[in-house]
Amino acid sequence: MKTFINLYKHTHTHTHTHTHTHIVMSGSSTRPRLMKHAHAQSRDSVKMAAGQQWVLVEMVQAFYEAPAYHLILEGILILWIIRLLFSKTYKLQERSDLTEKEKEELIEEWQPEPLVPPVSKDHPSLNYDVVTGPPSHKIIVNGKECINFASFNFLGLLDSERVKLKALLSLKKYGVGTCGPRGFYGTFDVHLELEERLAKFMRTEEAIIYSYGFATIASAIPAYSKRGDIIFVDEAACFSIQKGLQASRSFVKHFKHNDMEDLERLLKEQEIEDQKNPRKARVIRRFIVVEGLYINTADICPLPDLVKLKYKYKVRIFLEESMSFGVLGEHGRGVTEHFGVNIDDIDLISANMENALASIGGFCCGRSFVIDHQRLSGQGYCFSASLPPMLASAAIEALNIMEEDPGIFRVLQDKCKHVHKALQGTPGLKVVGEPLAPALHLQLENSTGSRTNDLKLLRAIVDYSMDRQIALTLARYLEKEERFLPPPSIRVVVTVEQTQEEIERAAQCIREAAVKILK
Amino acid sequence: MTQNSASKLLNGDTLHRTKQDKKAGGNGFVKNHCLFQQQQKRYRRPAEKSHHASRTLLYKKTFVESFEETPLLVAVLTYMGYGILTIFGYLRDFLRDWKLEKCHLAREREEQKDFVPLYQDFENFYTRNLYMRIRDNWNRPIRSVPGAKMDLVERVTPDYNWTFEHTGKVLKDVINMGSYNYLGFAENTGTCADTASECTEKYGVGVCSTRQELGNIDKHEELEKLAARFLGVESSMVFGMGFATNSMNIPALMEKGCLILSDELNHASLVLGARLSGATIRVFKHNNMQSLEKLLRDAMVHGQPRTHRPWKKILILVEGIYSMEGSIVRLPEIIALKKKYKAYLYLDEAHSIGALGPRGRGVVDYFGLDPCDVDIMMGTFTKSFGAAGGYIGGKKELVDYLRLHSHSAVYATSMSPPITQQIITSMKCIMGEDGTTLGQERLCQLSENTTYFRRRLHEMGFIIYGNNDSPVVPLMLYMPAKIGAFGREMLKRNIGTVVVGFPATPIIESRARFCVSAAHTREMLDTALNAISEVGDLLQLKYSRKNRRGSEGTDCFSYLESHLD
Repeated sequence: MKTFINLYKHTHTHTHTHTHTHIVMSGSSTRPRLMKHAHAQSRDSVKMAAGQQWVLVEMVQAFYEAPAYHLILEGILILWIIRLLFSKTYKLQERSDLTEKEKEELIEEWQPEPLVPPVSKDHPSLNYDVVTGPPSHKIIVNGKECINFASFNFLGLLDSERVKLKALLSLKKYGVGTCGPRGFYGTFDVHLELEERLAKFMRTEEAIIYSYGFATIASAIPAYSKRGDIIFVDEAACFSIQKGLQASRSFVKHFKHNDMEDLERLLKEQEIEDQKNPRKARVIRRFIVVEGLYINTADICPLPDLVKLKYKYKVRIFLEESMSFGVLGEHGRGVTEHFGVNIDDIDLISANMENALASIGGFCCGRSFVIDHQRLSGQGYCFSASLPPMLASAAIEALNIMEEDPGIFRVLQDKCKHVHKALQGTPGLKVVGEPLAPALHLQLENSTGSRTNDLKLLRAIVDYSMDRQIALTLARYLEKEERFLPPPSIRVVVTVEQTQEEIERAAQCIREAAVKILK
Repeated sequence: MTQNSASKLLNGDTLHRTKQDKKAGGNGFVKNHCLFQQQQKRYRRPAEKSHHASRTLLYKKTFVESFEETPLLVAVLTYMGYGILTIFGYLRDFLRDWKLEKCHLAREREEQKDFVPLYQDFENFYTRNLYMRIRDNWNRPIRSVPGAKMDLVERVTPDYNWTFEHTGKVLKDVINMGSYNYLGFAENTGTCADTASECTEKYGVGVCSTRQELGNIDKHEELEKLAARFLGVESSMVFGMGFATNSMNIPALMEKGCLILSDELNHASLVLGARLSGATIRVFKHNNMQSLEKLLRDAMVHGQPRTHRPWKKILILVEGIYSMEGSIVRLPEIIALKKKYKAYLYLDEAHSIGALGPRGRGVVDYFGLDPCDVDIMMGTFTKSFGAAGGYIGGKKELVDYLRLHSHSAVYATSMSPPITQQIITSMKCIMGEDGTTLGQERLCQLSENTTYFRRRLHEMGFIIYGNNDSPVVPLMLYMPAKIGAFGREMLKRNIGTVVVGFPATPIIESRARFCVSAAHTREMLDTALNAISEVGDLLQLKYSRKNRRGSEGTDCFSYLESHLD
């Protein structure tokens, strides 16, 4: 005998509040069934009904066959539930035996902490360096003209006349702002064009653009990975990935930086875990989140190995390519091209358009099956104003330049190798990163033991170079927020505009500074 | 869960959503200690209203906000509508499963068929079966300035909205009632556009670095000084994205052991920011001061859960204008509460900055309050300024702290120079610092347009939500089928509107939303209003029962008023 009653209660008194309470009562049922109900609207009901079969007829039959005592019993139960619903609810937890006077005293006594802790006026990071004019190859920092070794303008597109011209044309046509999210008249034809071009450039089915680079991966991860899912992530992952992980509320497992054995260990552990509870394992989504070229360590992820692990353990790969897009590979397609990995093997690639493309915003690309989901679930996409059209036009033109002249990537890679080589052997400083990385880190060989002092030394080197017209910067981190705080470092950024001579000069300058300051 | 518990918090005439409340004051709330008394009588005519002195005196002018209740029949029909859609949804899914109907959904790759499914089946039920039917009302591509009139790209769909094709034709001069262009600064001519293009020529569009590294351009500093002056605060900081301003700064301010009290209708970015901060979050009823006060008192009395330690600090998160309801925050009352209970106040003025107040300074200006009473003034530049990005303003210590600890300052690329320039120029225009009265004229125009548009819609017998002074005007549609029909019929009449349904609104409260702009001329508004009236008759949208009752009925029910007298 199977009985299953799905009761929807709709309260409609004169109040505006509406409820759709949803009660499931199953008697001596062996196989629960669902009655499709006209009011099945809440998400839960959808969830429940999804896996079930359409059995309305059988339902009714069962109802007739049920013995009378059974029906009476269930009738009483229903009435009882209705009574429960209407009865007063108590919040046990919030009961207190305090008198009003005591409460008032508590309120009177309570003193909050200050909104923000005090900041000392001479904190080294408080006064930002001021850049006058464009932050291009020649940059004026605090009134001094320097050669730029600090901005992520890898391809030198920031002051490209072609890009500016296209941006201006776009400005003449569309104005500056979009005054709305994508859904509400914030989709411009240039957005669609840019998405199409990015997809074509990356040779994927679809691309989606965000109006802020940081928000791209930080929105993409929680669009797929929910509470209960598992994400395997590299320890060196950048801050926006960390925020994405946090927003997803998934279960996060960190593996040692670029250590495939450690990752495999975690995957195996999970496999054993899964065997214990195969039913649960069937619904837990798993993801590996890695960066193509790590911004914090300037090295490349072993993508082919990751792809092998992906199929072995059936985990999806999300790849953050902000540093490698427009840098690695023969055509600048990033780390997939660099390794010759089939781009379809990567489930999602995200990158920002703020580095190589020298515009603003970010994008995700991959198969439509994956990407399209973000159009309703990517928070930074749905709930934010869309990218100003002039920035989208600038990005399109930057893509044009990249497509027309793939030689530019070769030039960049040669420069990267050159800088990497030139910086070797700087006394007291070690170069961290691969020869192909366009943003290297210089770390102290021997730490003083205190982060503040290390930073002071490095800051002195940066200042020394700045005085000699080489603009460098410290890599900045939020020390308390980073999960694995990278050691302090100076960041050296390579761009195609830097000449041999300038590179030599910079290397020389850093060497001098190191000798002078670290001795 | 039940209607009782929901309405317990809501109360009396201050509450828009409830008319009856049998158990007002029945929750052990002792009145004389609370700042804002709960009304005990079920419902009183305005003439009988006796407001508690402390609360009415807070308002310098009438505060009229209306949320007419849903007619019962409409509610029942709406549920039925969803019911039918759901039944058909299951039927269609069944047919798709058995390959009787072609499925247009993108499929998983063959190689990954044995992976754990990326989406659960039910996840997309709503998208597949309800949203897909009316998808053409959203993401309509435009190809001009999103000003008072815009050009739309014509789309056709060969397969019931699964895919769209552009015909190459353009729908010219569609009246734009959807963009958040409150002050009409979305322009491609005029000083704003000119200065922005000069800036592009000089700076280019990108920055390629963060504020703390080498992305702090002189333009940013100029804007921050100007914005601080505009807001009347000590200092301010700007960020490249409005959404991120919330989601990346709240975590810098709050931590575990802190309490965040958030309005139930707060924007996703505030919710995300609060969640990322690790603080405890409690939600109060929309714009409901009793509910907020109760939470504040409980927080004081009970402290943190389990340990009962006192909270480190308490932050109230509210918005200036709520973009889906058109309501204005009850700021004077919130400030009184915040002072009494020593909480901090975070005010998100995404929609209200520029759009409210005689000087366009947002909701603080609207109520004639002191900006120093708001601890954190946040807002965006996307809407009234026709640009992009957001700001935070407040005491110097706050902004200095954010300069060091904001996630955005350290990790995100700073604001594009031409965007910055657009904000500077438009802000100066509003402040009258450009030497003209154009800004002031825009403010007046917006306020006039808002009053006119709202009044006319009300007269026509539509149910419209929100405050009389709010340029965001939601018009209730209720039934799911009418969402699509309204959007399409309006477009046929060359008017672009925004329609919204579940999940952006409660399930039965689907609505159309108009955003009034200073750029709209009276003629455009009349054209739009006539079209709305026509479509309203066609779709039987004139639900309001206030009109039928004539003048006597207009000021009763959910209209709530706070008079100075």
